[in-house]
Amino acid sequence: MTLLKEPDFGTPAREGAATVELTVDGVPVMVPPGTSVMRAAKHAGVDVPKLCATDSLEAFGSCRLCVVEIDGARGTPASCTTPVAPGMVVRTQTERLGKLRRGVMELYISDHPLDCLTCSANGDCELQDMAGVTGLREVRYGSGVEAGANHMDAPTDTSNPYFDFDASKCIACSRCVRACDEVQGTLALTIEGRGFDSKVAAGAGVSFMESDCVSCGACVQACPTATLQEKSVVQLGMPTRSVVTTCAYCGVGCSFKAELRGDELVRMVPYKDGGANEGHSCVKGRFAFGYASHPDRVLSPMLRESIADPWREVSWEEAIGFTARRLREIQAEHGPGSIGAITSSRTTNEEVYVVQKMVRAVFGNNNVDTCARVCHSPTGYGLKQTFGTSAGTQDFKSVAKADVIMVIGANPTDGHPVFASRMKRRLRQGAKLIVIDPRRIDLVRSPHIEATHHLQLAPGTNVAVVNAMAHVIVTEGLVDRAFVQERCEDVAAWEAFIAGPEHSPEAVEEITGVPAAEVRAAARLYAEAGNGAIYYGLGVTEHSQGSTMVMGMANLAMATGNIGRDGVGINPLRGQNNVQGACDMGSFPHELPGYRHVSDDGARDVYEQLWGTPLLDEPGLRIPNMFDSAIDGSFRALFVQGEDIAQSDPNTQHVHAALAALDLVVVQDLFENETAKFAHVLLPGTSFLEKDGTFTNAERRINRVRPVMAPKTGKQEWQIICEIAQAMGYPMHYDSSAQIMDEIALTTPTFAGVSFAHLDRVGSVQWPCNEASPGGTPIMHQDEFVRGKGRFVETVYVPTRERSTRKFPLILTTGRILSQYNVGAQTRRTANVAWHPEDILELHPHDGEVRGINDGDMVTLSSRVGRTTLRAVLAERMPVGVCYTTFHHPVTGANVITTDNSDWATNCPEYKVTAVQVALSPEQAAVREDLAQQPVATAGD
Amino acid sequence: MSTSTVPPHVRLANDVAVQFAHRPLEVAAAAVATHMRDFWEPRMTRALLAHVAAGGDALDPVAVRAAQLLGPAAS
Ligand code: SF4
Ligand code: SF4
Ligand code: SF4
Ligand code: FES
Repeated sequence: MTLLKEPDFGTPAREGAATVELTVDGVPVMVPPGTSVMRAAKHAGVDVPKLCATDSLEAFGSCRLCVVEIDGARGTPASCTTPVAPGMVVRTQTERLGKLRRGVMELYISDHPLDCLTCSANGDCELQDMAGVTGLREVRYGSGVEAGANHMDAPTDTSNPYFDFDASKCIACSRCVRACDEVQGTLALTIEGRGFDSKVAAGAGVSFMESDCVSCGACVQACPTATLQEKSVVQLGMPTRSVVTTCAYCGVGCSFKAELRGDELVRMVPYKDGGANEGHSCVKGRFAFGYASHPDRVLSPMLRESIADPWREVSWEEAIGFTARRLREIQAEHGPGSIGAITSSRTTNEEVYVVQKMVRAVFGNNNVDTCARVCHSPTGYGLKQTFGTSAGTQDFKSVAKADVIMVIGANPTDGHPVFASRMKRRLRQGAKLIVIDPRRIDLVRSPHIEATHHLQLAPGTNVAVVNAMAHVIVTEGLVDRAFVQERCEDVAAWEAFIAGPEHSPEAVEEITGVPAAEVRAAARLYAEAGNGAIYYGLGVTEHSQGSTMVMGMANLAMATGNIGRDGVGINPLRGQNNVQGACDMGSFPHELPGYRHVSDDGARDVYEQLWGTPLLDEPGLRIPNMFDSAIDGSFRALFVQGEDIAQSDPNTQHVHAALAALDLVVVQDLFENETAKFAHVLLPGTSFLEKDGTFTNAERRINRVRPVMAPKTGKQEWQIICEIAQAMGYPMHYDSSAQIMDEIALTTPTFAGVSFAHLDRVGSVQWPCNEASPGGTPIMHQDEFVRGKGRFVETVYVPTRERSTRKFPLILTTGRILSQYNVGAQTRRTANVAWHPEDILELHPHDGEVRGINDGDMVTLSSRVGRTTLRAVLAERMPVGVCYTTFHHPVTGANVITTDNSDWATNCPEYKVTAVQVALSPEQAAVREDLAQQPVATAGD
Repeated sequence: MSTSTVPPHVRLANDVAVQFAHRPLEVAAAAVATHMRDFWEPRMTRALLAHVAAGGDALDPVAVRAAQLLGPAAS
């Protein structure tokens, strides 16, 4: 593909039918009311010259280059700010307009360096284009120095690791400022000064790095000149071709144009037609791709007999042969159930599908699990029990129709930034916000946004709070009677249960720490404000009652009729790019692809016929069960696809003991990760830039992942799985990943209409996509629930076993931050370390003070299972008694601390609640002591 | 190592049982048994049954009853 340039319509599209007819340069055109003349002209095939307008931003009308003549109108209005009217007759090309435009261009060029030929934006500069389009031939005022006062000596800000700000090239169009406000919602930039003195600034007198900028790159993309420019373009030159693909970081699933020069990836540009992101991105997806070519990548298979031996680089044949032989030997000795595999949410649907197929058809058991076990397995359980399928109910766009947004246990501005930008846009328009989180996350108070209610609950009391809200809704008569009567079952029993006085906000106030009046007010707001939408994250699922909480939220949505239409719903914000897909593809030990239980004879029969082998009808081991069984000796070999369980799973000591007990560990990964330290075989994996397949995002959107370059390892990951299967004596072969998707579509009713050809045609599709809904399903459960009636479930609050004690008086909760990603294997190998070079422990200043801990001190964090050392930051946003850390860096090993408590239904670990103690680290205490003994400096010294 | 001396299957069985403890014993036990049949790998169920056979130390009565319901199918 050559370089893809999407058309720019100048101003955003307006909703509604195209009912306004006008003519532009004699061409008739119909557009929706409210459309700008500029946009209408583009629809008529006419490009009006422009500089300050671009269709991701509302029109601003500052450059005056887009002037037009309109019959009956006075003067020459700016077409970007003038809305269409019926019967309008517009002319865009007249002599008068040409003269005006050249005059505007002359002024711009007179204050602009004329170094186009050596400028990094040469060929991708709208100022340059407009000089051509307007036919500018001379600049009467001279240029630069000759022209008198100018900005040509303005300094370049190179502080951001990914882009530069060369103020000398700025034309003060304010596209960057508006992109930061409207698209990203960070409001980091301003135009300082007035008239000729106006210039762009990232805060008062600070550099980009020191400002509030979160490095999303929206301003860089919006800038029409080389003022804001990717460093990679400065270094490598303008790209020459593009490949449209999907981000491999979070569950938002942003679409990108990977722009290359030859075979070198120059930059990632968010794709306007991307259903999830519509042209926006965050710092990770846009900039943090350098890990894919990092020298740490393992590119050849490696082998060793024992984990005490050094690695030996071997051929693919030897690695695959060894793996297959050992797996069969272990099964022969210890039984068919003694081996299993873990699939990864970072790999494609096709790669996951073949791994679960290998387990079911070749290993002959159901011992396959996925890393979703440790994040969203309670979502799967809870939504299946209540609604009938394990997925979020809406598309991301739906948030634009919400009237009240409830964010529970999620921190979207860090975890799901591009979705957060959409959500913030809606909040700035006036939607109400309820946040339920122990921490005062950024969303609670950010520019032009303030939560109406922040229920700052004690960690581990989610279910008590959601029950209390439901209690208010039921006892205050706020239930949507018509909805529950028509669409739900078990209503009366649930209402009787939840109306019990033990669920009242007053009764649980002492447990949850949330004032009863706040809970009552939040419940009323959610029930009565119109469209109520719930968005949640791992702060819901990673608890001993994660599944119960998911069902509690589903109860709330059903009781208020907030399900089955635009603007409402229950929406998990998925952590990794393909969590949804990995779960869809049958990665759970009790489910075949499409969430069909392994005991379902009909579903099993489909695969038994196709795969030509009988399948086991009983659930297999989940990840924690694999670890327990490894320690008791009944589980002996594990294939790990692209996951670093040794770092990411809770209670590290226990995990390490389990891995060390295995006879065979096979790791397929980009890097020699922590788990690889326990491995006998290391099979090099492919980065998302090399993969050919699909990812499914948190809104069930299936997106294509297209190879930007050939696999650096010489093989696609699914080919390796097929070769292992074959070496184990089972014929497994596909010609391409498209063929794997064809098999998925053939065997999974919700995917029946999906194929690579279809996706290439329509861009992306949200499952179910089949005969009943060929165009996919943006919103689920519209007329009836997938299970028929929505089921109310009685959600008893059971306190976690993990309690703070005298020895461990604080509660630790964990999470992640914007610039880093999970265990950090990718982001730590990029310039993103500029933002988060180490994991830190946030705690309330009071908790710091009583322990003699100052901001920035190194502290020891200990729980019943382990201890680690990290830096403390005192933060008012933490409640007293609760501390918080991330798990991005292996040196910290935050999971050394977390316990093996887990969700009762799914074994999802209780990452969010660990009783801990924090103390000044011995080294820090020694430094403090030394300082105390030094003579105190006085003013005279 | 593990944060508890109670075997994992016993701990998990208790965790499941307590979620249904507000229901009558038979109803709760049936729900727990169904859950185990749907989600537990047979060696976990077998370990639980063995634990019950050995006296069911530290096991919630609902879980004990659930194990009895599972008994014939799981053995
Ligand atoms: S990179 Fe993003 S956050 Fe930073 S200034 Fe630009 S638009 Fe704003
Ligand atoms: S930095 Fe670029 S987008 Fe911002 S005002 Fe200057 S020229 Fe316009
Ligand atoms: S929001 Fe998520 S999917 Fe989008 S660019 Fe950022 S990390 Fe990638
Ligand atoms: S593009 Fe319309 S005024 Fe600048």
